[in-house]
Amino acid sequence: MSRTLARSRPASPPAPTPGPPSRKPLPLRLKRVGRAWQLYVLLIPALIYIAVFKYWPMYGVQIAFRNYNPVDGFTGSPWVGLQHFIRFVNSYQFGVVVGNTLWIAILGLLVAFPIPIILALLVNQLQSERFKKFTQTVLYSPAFISTVVVVGIMFVLLSPRSGLVNNAIQLAGGEPVFFMGSAEWFRPIYVVSDVWQNAGFAMIVYLAALSGIDPALHDAAKVDGASKLQRIRHIDLPGIMPVITVLFILAIGNLLNVGFEKALLMQTNLNLPTSEIIQTYVYHAGLQQAQFSYSAAIGLFNSVLNLVLLLTFNWVARRANQATLW
Amino acid sequence: MTLNTKPVAVPAPETRPHPAAKRTQSFRDKWADSAFNIAAVTILSLSIIAVVYPLYFIVIASISDPNAVYEGKVWLFPSGVTLEGYQRIFADSRIWNGLGNTVIYTVLGSAISVTTILFGAYALSRKDMPGRKILMLLFVVTMFFDGGLITKYLVVRDLGMLDTVWAVVLPGAVGVWNLIIARSFFENTIPGELREAAQMDGANDFTFFFRMVLPLSKPLIMLMIMVHVVAHWNSFFDALIFLNDDTKYPLQLVLRNILIQSDVSSAGTTGGDIESYAAAQRIGELTKYAMIVVSSLPLMIALPFMQKHFTKGTMIGAVKS
Repeated sequence: MSRTLARSRPASPPAPTPGPPSRKPLPLRLKRVGRAWQLYVLLIPALIYIAVFKYWPMYGVQIAFRNYNPVDGFTGSPWVGLQHFIRFVNSYQFGVVVGNTLWIAILGLLVAFPIPIILALLVNQLQSERFKKFTQTVLYSPAFISTVVVVGIMFVLLSPRSGLVNNAIQLAGGEPVFFMGSAEWFRPIYVVSDVWQNAGFAMIVYLAALSGIDPALHDAAKVDGASKLQRIRHIDLPGIMPVITVLFILAIGNLLNVGFEKALLMQTNLNLPTSEIIQTYVYHAGLQQAQFSYSAAIGLFNSVLNLVLLLTFNWVARRANQATLW
Repeated sequence: MTLNTKPVAVPAPETRPHPAAKRTQSFRDKWADSAFNIAAVTILSLSIIAVVYPLYFIVIASISDPNAVYEGKVWLFPSGVTLEGYQRIFADSRIWNGLGNTVIYTVLGSAISVTTILFGAYALSRKDMPGRKILMLLFVVTMFFDGGLITKYLVVRDLGMLDTVWAVVLPGAVGVWNLIIARSFFENTIPGELREAAQMDGANDFTFFFRMVLPLSKPLIMLMIMVHVVAHWNSFFDALIFLNDDTKYPLQLVLRNILIQSDVSSAGTTGGDIESYAAAQRIGELTKYAMIVVSSLPLMIALPFMQKHFTKGTMIGAVKS
């Protein structure tokens, strides 16, 4: 104890430097950095991680403007400017993959975003605690099933020969449909399975927000004769609006990224006209055909588009005086 | 229910009640409320059925006679119970090998991720660490912009990690979202006074972190372990792009190859005539049902135990946002 005191003593007289008043003198700041050295040590593994697996790839994105070859690496390969971007924009695939990406992203957002909110509002109104708990558990359990298995379930249940769905269709006198092998069914299956798997889990966040609403508001509204529907509209919904806004902005920020793995798993040669999205295209062109620079350029195009969307919506939310990310 | 009695009790001593208001509340709105309740219970019950029935069907189909499933005779109960699907799975070395790999990747990967996140998040939670804001920004930036799949692949390749365990456990080790959750947990649950007291007693940051912070953070540690175990158990994509050697494939990648990629090969030998080919195909379907059950069962069984922690975790996350 005496040692710590002794060490901190020399720091206490303020050094008489005439610098700006808000900033502490450099030796003192260095001292504070030195005293926190153990904290930096704790942070080192995480810093190494982002340096190697986040910032190094980010730095490597310059291959989108070069003709990458393994010998010259990220920085030595010859510079070709925007050639890869121009090739992508002019390719016949461009309209298809960008269109497909936007289709499932926007369809997903319109359908999959509001459903968890509605579910949470309904569950929150349930009288029986046991039914409430049961509903929560059941609805969110599919989130723990892997994407591979969910897509596997689709393949077996939608199988044209023996699947449950086609058996039901035939029972009703219809013709069997080859769901996984038809371009027009890809989007509906994609979105419905997304809701099936993730709506329950997303609901939990809204339920947590709803539990933070002051019950006195509901009591007061009841005295005034407000019905449940009115209370949901005027108390619950405004109460969770900040959470909704933040999650919406985050969803926008991830708009073009989500569901890539599932789209890849759901792809068959027959549904490619609708299932080939930007990221699966990057995967095919880059990793399967080894066109590294070309596919990195497409990936960069995707990332930038995403970032622009995020910044725009965050800006809109700020202008509308809503909760924002920063 | 108990809350409902309160507003009724309050107007009782009033000398001049509001008859109109009281009547609307007791009549029209009560009717509206019970209509709402019925609608809510109906919608939620239908949602529950929509979630449960496909899973239930797969379970009963996995133990039913494949011909009955094929002909559409299985709807609510298994028919012609057989365990052949399960026997075939347990005899399949690819499954066991994949399972073994998954266990290794899950244990090692979760250990690395949880340690790195707890250490880093604690440091970032300390307001007295100079440069905290800038360091945090370095992490947050990666949430919104990253180098993409191709450069990540090239980096892993340049590091010589292709076809090794490290390619599966390291590239996704630290999720920034988890880091933020852990950081806000530390910020909200470890009081500054506690640290000051410990420092008075001569504890440095290491001793304080290991002796005081970690024992106080059991719920967070549990949450982080479970998040990563579930994620590793279910992940296939990193293995798909970084592993070529199929003896190193995790279970999910094996499943993908059997469930999705091949429609027939899992059925084993394809005989010469159409009759035996069709029979083999039906057995193949049966194996798929059983495989879905077997691979999802561990997490489904663990779910009730994990639920509490996950709900808590989303609370921490919700408080933050």
